This record gives sequence, C-alpha cells and structure tokens, in this order.
Amino acid sequence: MRTMLDQLRRAGLDAIHDKLQDSRRLDFEDGMRLYRTPDLTAVGTLANLVRERRSGARTYYVRNLHVNYTNICNKLCKFCSFYTPPNNPDARGYVLSPEDAVARVAQYSGEPIREIHMVAGINPKLPYQYYLDLVAAVKAARPDAQIKAFTMIELAQIARVARRPLEEILPELKAAGLAACPGGGAEVFSDRVHEELFRAKLDNEGWFEVARAVHAAGIPSNATLLYGHIESQEEKVQHLLHIRELQDETHGFMCFVPLAFDPSNTELAHLPATTGYANLREIAIARLLLDNFPHVKAFWIMITPPVAQMALWYGADDIDGTVNHYEITHALGTSSHRQVMSTPELLDLISEAGREPVERDALYNEIPAEPTLSERARTGQA
Amino acid sequence: MSFNGNGLQDIEGKVLGSERLSFADGVRLFREANPLQLSTWANLVRQRLHPDDLVTFVIGRNINYTNVCWVRCKFCSFYRLPGAEGGYVLPREEIFRKIEELLALGGTEILIQGGLNPVLKIDYFEELFRAIKARVPIHIHGLSPAEIIYLAKISDLDERECLVRLKAAGLDSIPGAGAEMLVDEVREQIAPYKDSAAAWLSLMRTAHQLGIPSTVTMMYGSVETVEQRVEHLVKVRGLQEETGGFRAFIPWSFQPEGTHLPNVKRASGLDYLRTVAVSRLMLDNIPNIQASWLTQGPKIGQIALQYGVNDMGSTVIEENVVTAKGAVFMIPLAEIERLIRDAGLRPARRNTRYEILDVA
Repeated sequence: MRTMLDQLRRAGLDAIHDKLQDSRRLDFEDGMRLYRTPDLTAVGTLANLVRERRSGARTYYVRNLHVNYTNICNKLCKFCSFYTPPNNPDARGYVLSPEDAVARVAQYSGEPIREIHMVAGINPKLPYQYYLDLVAAVKAARPDAQIKAFTMIELAQIARVARRPLEEILPELKAAGLAACPGGGAEVFSDRVHEELFRAKLDNEGWFEVARAVHAAGIPSNATLLYGHIESQEEKVQHLLHIRELQDETHGFMCFVPLAFDPSNTELAHLPATTGYANLREIAIARLLLDNFPHVKAFWIMITPPVAQMALWYGADDIDGTVNHYEITHALGTSSHRQVMSTPELLDLISEAGREPVERDALYNEIPAEPTLSERARTGQA
Repeated sequence: MSFNGNGLQDIEGKVLGSERLSFADGVRLFREANPLQLSTWANLVRQRLHPDDLVTFVIGRNINYTNVCWVRCKFCSFYRLPGAEGGYVLPREEIFRKIEELLALGGTEILIQGGLNPVLKIDYFEELFRAIKARVPIHIHGLSPAEIIYLAKISDLDERECLVRLKAAGLDSIPGAGAEMLVDEVREQIAPYKDSAAAWLSLMRTAHQLGIPSTVTMMYGSVETVEQRVEHLVKVRGLQEETGGFRAFIPWSFQPEGTHLPNVKRASGLDYLRTVAVSRLMLDNIPNIQASWLTQGPKIGQIALQYGVNDMGSTVIEENVVTAKGAVFMIPLAEIERLIRDAGLRPARRNTRYEILDVA
C-alpha cells in the first residue's frame, strides 16, 4: 500500500522495512530508531508484517490459573508492591503449603485449565523438598494441566537451598511435573538499573546462566522486560539484543512478554503509569528485534484489555489467558480493576479485532477447538 | 470480520487525493479496513489539517444547572422526572462560585447543560447569561439543541427568535450534545421522546445562520448498525457543507451501565478507535476531532491521537451526566500534557473558538 511506504519513509524507517523484507536482522541503531520515532503507526505496521508472517491472524490464548505460593521475599525490589520481608513480615505474609495449593487448584476443578502458573517471592525458609512437593501435589491434583513455574530468580534460590547444582535439580523438578518456566525476574539487563532497583536479586549474568541450564534441561521458558520505571531506551534495546543472543544459543524461549511497570504502592509510586503508546510500542519493538522468538505476548492484566486487543495489530500474537487468581499487580486504568476474563470474553476480544483465536497449552501446543453443536450434527458425531 | 483491507486501494487513492469519500466508502472502512490502515489514513488527514502537530485542549467546566428532565432517554442515568425526589436547579450563587473556581484555574469556557425542565423559560436563561457576562468575560458554551427546541416551545417563541434572544443575552456557542444517532429508527429505540434527526439538524442550521457556531457529537455503540453510523456522518457533513458552523466532531460510546439498555455490551476501545478514524476520513469539512477521555480513559484516549484526534476537548472539572453512570476517568491537566508529549505531539491551550492561547 502506497501510504504505508510513504509513511515509513517519512518516519525514517524505510531501511528497517528493507531489512525485514530480506529477513535481515535489525541492529542496535535500528532499535533506537524504532524507540525514537513518534510514528507509532509506522512501528506497528512493521511489527504487524512480522507478526502476520509468523502467525498469520492466529492469536494464542490459554485457560490458566495463577498460584502465588508465598509473598515473603528477601529481595526488597523497589518496584514491587507484592512482597513482605522475611525478618519482619507484615500481616499479609503467607506461605501456601502444597495442600493449600491443591485446595486453590481444586476451586477450578470444573474448568478445563491447561496451564498453572506458579511464581512467588524468594522465601529463604522454604526447603528444597517444599518445591518438589508443591509441583508434585499440584500436578497430581490437575494431571491434565501443565505447570509453568519458577522464574530464574526462584530457581537460583531453589538450587541454593538444595545445595546442589541446577543441572541436578532441574531434572528432579521436571520429573515432579514442571513443564515450563515463566520469564519473570529478567527486569532490565542493565547493571545501573540492577544496582538501583533490585540489587539483592540475581544479577544479569546469573539470570542468563540459570536460563541456559533450564533450556539445557529441556525445559522451555519465556523472557520478559520490565519497562516504564527508570530504564533508558538504550538499556531496553540492549536488553532485547542480549535475550536474542541467548535465544540464538539455546532456542529455549517460547514467548517474550514486555511487562508494564505499575508504580502504585511501590517505592517508585511518584512515577507516572505507562501510557497506551508505550504499551503498544514495547510490544512492537520486541516483535521486530526478537526475530528468533516464536511469540510476543500482550499481558492484558498489566496493559488493560482494550490496549491488549489493539496490541494484536502491533506485534502480539498471544494474549495470555483467563488468568484466574492473579495477585502480583492490579490492572491500571480500568474502572473496575477486574482481574479475570472468561473464555467467551477473551474469544470476543480476539475475534472483534479480526484475529483468529487459538487455544494453547503452556508449551504452545494448539488445543483443537471443540466442535460446535452444528458441526457435530454435520459430521454425524454424537 | 477479517479486516484484510486488500480491496481498499480506491479509498486509499481518494484519501491521498483529498477526494470526498462516499457513504459506501464509509461502510467499507468500518467493515474491511484494519486498524493500521485506518490509523495511517486518518493520521495523514490529521496532519494535512493540522500540520503543526499541535494537540489542543480548553480549560473549562461543566455546569449542569438542572437535572430535572421529562424526556426519559434510556441511555441516561442523570435525570430526575419533574417532581421526583433528588431533582435540583442550581442556585445562581452556586453557578457563580463554580465560574470563579474555573477562572482561578485559568479556565475560559463554561459548558452549561441540563435537562428539559418545564419551569425554566427564556427569561431564566436570559437573566442567567446576562448576569454571568456582567460579572466575567467567560465563554458560554451551552444548551444543546434539545434544550433550545424545548425552551422555544415552552416560551412561545419560534426557534430562530429564541436563539436570537439567547445570543443577545450572551450565548456564544452550542454544544453538539443530543445528536446521538441522527437516524430516526435509532432515536425511536433509544430516546423515543427526543426530537427527530431533522429537528436537531434544523436547530443547528438556524443557529449557524445566526452566527452561533457549535460542535457535533455522535453516540455510537447502542443499537445502531454500521450503516447508520455512516448515515450520521454523511448528514453531519451535509449540513456542514451548507453552514460551516461545526467546529469539532466528538464521537463517544454509549455507556450501558445503569441505563435502561443494560443488555447492550459496552463498545470496545478498538471500536472507538475505528469510529474516530472513519469520522476523520469522512468528515473532510470539519476541522477538529475531539477525544472522549471520559469514556475511553487515558490509554485509548492517547492512542486515538494516531487515529485522527487532534483535540482533547475540555479538561472537565466535573461531568455529572457521565459520572452518574458510574463512569469513569478524571485526568489532571498535567497528565493530559504528558500524554500528548509522550505521543510525540505538542500540547496547546485553546479557547472555544479553537484559537491557540499558548503552546505548553
């Protein structure tokens, strides 16, 4: 379309368009150009070319359930409103026993949950056996669902309390039922930001080492970027290029998830919330720079459902899911602060955007849609 | 819908050539164009009309002088029937106090709107406007067509006479409220006691002829079809061709909560952006498209700047009609300015005549 090419030229993005046409890789300068241009539509148009080349109109969603097994955490990250410290926990402090977690999961026994997402604080009092028991108990309660659990930060802690190398404990966790790892805890791979906001946390090189071990153990994972706090555009581009490099090495990442920082109730509460522009731009740039990632996710809980719906045209081919029982942050900018979406609502949202909903499991295997009554009648099925 | 947009080259050609789009083009844009196409084309038109990349806003406040109204619109949760409990008419001191507060904040516009209250006749408004103008040089943007049509009727005046007197008393411009859908089949379903589309347009025609400019709204997302939305746009464009009196177009979505149409699903952000963009493309003779923060919130409101919007409307201090419905978003001025800058555009304060007062 003529206007698109004109627009890309005006936005100074035609060279990037040429690279994409030849499937050539974008570099640091390209990334910076994508952040600097005010023309969000041009950036979205480029990202959508890549998105449609990879996934067509397909948009993945999952029926999932979150279990945040403890909020006690010794990392004291300034951007977090979820934790309470271990030496002086407040009244909110809790640990779910494996039985508690099973009880939580049992509340959803009537629903075809495919993914159970378990992440939590770094609670130094929990022994290695706790994690094995937690995974095994939840898996036994819901054998039909896959467990996606433990960020790289939690896995480093689990290895520490086990006093054994990751290479040994990962197969044990896998045998207990761990199918995949989420991508959280990556934050921003910048020593400056690390020092300033999350100095107690595993450092950047440490995150990479754990991710390497996870992928080597045959456990796929996601990766994230926490944006909208003190990070610079340069730091974001570097972050994406680091992740891309690691993916070249391991091919273990399934999906990239830009996470919008929610300043409310954190030590950074003076910062403004992320804008709709920023939400769409981060998704688009991730889609463009991460040419070796199969999927990019619009996490509607953090960017609101309307923006997540728009993101399906700005590079995202995954919209997460029903997200039952999520507790880490609260959706911004919605009048109702709703935290759960029903499957019909999700399907509507995807279809209204002219996209094709595809149900997936935690490993992005497609779940065949159940035939409708009229289809059953046609094919003569009972 | 798949929005594959492949067959829209003819429309794209018209947009590039600044040619007028037809009714059929509008319907195809709604049905076939994908969001990025709509954004690209609407942006092009916005930049053509506003090459300085300014996004304007006015500092103003709503004064809902009465909530007494007998019209019973199904989408409204603000009104009280005459004689019912909770009905009010604001005392004049209260109105003056609100204006003083606004002036202290650098405001330049009051939007005076209320219900169709049978006890308030022409002398009430003449006295009120004269009293306001005698005190302060504020711009009075007030009385929707429905209010003026009713006012003329209960004051035994024809509409022209009524408008002449209101203007002489100080009415500067008219808000485009109550246009809803300018399609009688829709109006009969959502607001059966409200005036017809022709009556609304006729009042606006007379006002424009008398030198009283206005804005024009569209309330979409209730029971109308895509064709009816486009019909609304075409009618508005037709009157504008005749009078040139519309300064801005303001689409906003029906808010189903708390109304008599509770089963209507709230229109999505995507539908808003699509509607804004098609409006920008169809209404080639209306200079400004105004965002509806109140119904869309800051995120979609900001993204609308890439879908044809060039004006943020009034930094509303209070909006009783929307807030009575359990909505929604109050956004401080500094935040509006931040959102405009974050979108790579320049915030500018304007007056009701859309003259730039200062570039922030």
